Amino acid sequence: MLRYIGKRLLISIVTMFVILSLLFLLLEFMPGSPFNDEKLNEQQKELLYEKYGLNKPIHERFFIYTTNILKGDFGVSYTIEKNAPVSRMLETRMPISIRLGLQALVFGSLIGVVLASIAAVYKNSKWDTMTTIFAVIGISIPSYVFALGLSYFLGYKLTLAGYPIFPMTYNLYRPIQSSILPTVALSMFVIATVARFMRTELVEVLGSDYIMLAEAKGLTAKKVIFRHSIRNALIPVVTVLGPLTVGLMTGSLVIERIFGIPGIGDLLVTAISVNDFNVVIAISFFYSLFYIIMALFIDVIYGVIDPRIRVDKGGE
Amino acid sequence: MNQLDQKYDKKSFERILNNEDFQTDVVYKGISFWKDVNLRFRQNKGAVVGIIFILIIAFFAFLGPSMTTHTYRSKVDDHINLPARIQGIEKLGIFNGESNGINVYEVRGLDDVYYWFGTDTLGRDLWTRVWVGTRVSLYIAFLAVIIDMFIGMGYGLVSGYIGGRLDTFMQRIIEVLSGIPNLVIVTLFVIVLNPGIISISLALVITGWIGMSRVVRSQVLKLKELDFILASKTLGAKTSTLLVVDLLPNIFGQVIIMSMFSIPSAIFYESFLAFIGLGLQPPLASLGVLINDGYKSILVYPHIIVSPIIVLAILMVSFNLVADGMRDALDPKMKQQ
Repeated sequence: MLRYIGKRLLISIVTMFVILSLLFLLLEFMPGSPFNDEKLNEQQKELLYEKYGLNKPIHERFFIYTTNILKGDFGVSYTIEKNAPVSRMLETRMPISIRLGLQALVFGSLIGVVLASIAAVYKNSKWDTMTTIFAVIGISIPSYVFALGLSYFLGYKLTLAGYPIFPMTYNLYRPIQSSILPTVALSMFVIATVARFMRTELVEVLGSDYIMLAEAKGLTAKKVIFRHSIRNALIPVVTVLGPLTVGLMTGSLVIERIFGIPGIGDLLVTAISVNDFNVVIAISFFYSLFYIIMALFIDVIYGVIDPRIRVDKGGE
Repeated sequence: MNQLDQKYDKKSFERILNNEDFQTDVVYKGISFWKDVNLRFRQNKGAVVGIIFILIIAFFAFLGPSMTTHTYRSKVDDHINLPARIQGIEKLGIFNGESNGINVYEVRGLDDVYYWFGTDTLGRDLWTRVWVGTRVSLYIAFLAVIIDMFIGMGYGLVSGYIGGRLDTFMQRIIEVLSGIPNLVIVTLFVIVLNPGIISISLALVITGWIGMSRVVRSQVLKLKELDFILASKTLGAKTSTLLVVDLLPNIFGQVIIMSMFSIPSAIFYESFLAFIGLGLQPPLASLGVLINDGYKSILVYPHIIVSPIIVLAILMVSFNLVADGMRDALDPKMKQQ
């Protein structure tokens, strides 16, 4: 097990390094300059390049850049907030995005597990069919379409005494109410994925021998389902957490834009369109870091909670 | 004891060995694998409906724009923000050009003008734009399959079949590549090359094939130890023959399933990028661009966003249903109970 974790850790570190160099190289060859203000003449531009160290040789800049990033210093923003340190910009935005993602993950997983349990226990009933249809729709239709629908019908049309019940755009003073619609829109994908995967697992578990044994022992249906079936079916669901994280990260870009949430997804989109490449690097770095840690975590946690996997992986 | 003593009358029995009914073996006509797949696929209602919808959408994507006199970028200045109006159906009270109870066409004195999906804020025909935009989605779908088939399958075949150090090396590359979130790769491509169809295509080329190559590799690893490969080798088959004639047909089902599932996600990526403004740039049309256009004026002219969203939703659901159906038909073992 330890050896396995060590190997995975090594690969993760190499991946992170590759990502860092990719980010650096690609942005190096990016067309456009951060200082394309027409009022600047060549000399002033030269001075600006000098100031930010942009005219040093490439390997030197890469070294400076890597050490700085590892120290948590992402440089300053060039265009969005002139001269503001990127790390400070992220400080205020990161918690909002993370909270939104976690809310969607928790809410979506809970609903997904409930739906899947109903569908699997009452297999081939109309509840089952409805869950299946819901899952196909939830997986197929992009989250931004849900977001647009929710913001129009619930955020704009639904009003109570002239006031919208759920604000259409993020209101910093009403964070809980404003985060309801984005959370629901983001979690559709989570609900659908979890429901679909969990249903298959649960149907398989319900048909297995140990459930028959549990029933034969005379346990109540409630105990069989809650203690023996659902708990076992939940284990493999851990593996879909990876794709879900990716889905949530991608979703956050548009959802934050649609609902005007001041998170990092929205910042990334803005930064790309205005060539603010320190911001792009920083956010891409955090997205990658988060994704890699998540993948590592899933693999390790899966081995811990399901001993059968541990044996398989150990033999590798 | 009584029973043994019982006497049987031989005449009450008849030898039937010579009877023709008894001797004839019933030989059923063999059903080939693909026929079987076809039968199973057709029994899946969702998948058949999906195929029909995809065909309808493809039909309109190719012929829809030529049904009107407008092109995707031609503007008519007097015809901005018109809601949908369709000949014939307008008498039923729907698609009659009414918005908030006012017939916009009559108010502006446009009696003989019909826009089937309405027009946008610049006076462009949405019918034409939606179907031109759908072409982009279909192109992306096609590209995703090609990438999966060639790059993913090729990589998996080579890595799995040759094995050894090369395999280890190729798998390390994959492990590193799959550790990078797609979003970051796409973002970088969009930045380095300008936003557009080429950067989206390239981003797909880089990221789209990893899942496929893993599946193909694991299948090849399993299959290459089997006896029929050994037999083929003993008979002197070349490596290329082994790969193409012996291995490929056995993994083709898996390949089709995987590539079908990569279609919806590719379409999603394109429309998503276009929506946040990093994909195709206006006046070019793609479903994401149109949804973004409609979103800008959703509060005032909600009709602009409706048609691209519906087409995108139907397309995505259909491709997912077909992919599910394909999986169940090609690999009944994987079928969800």
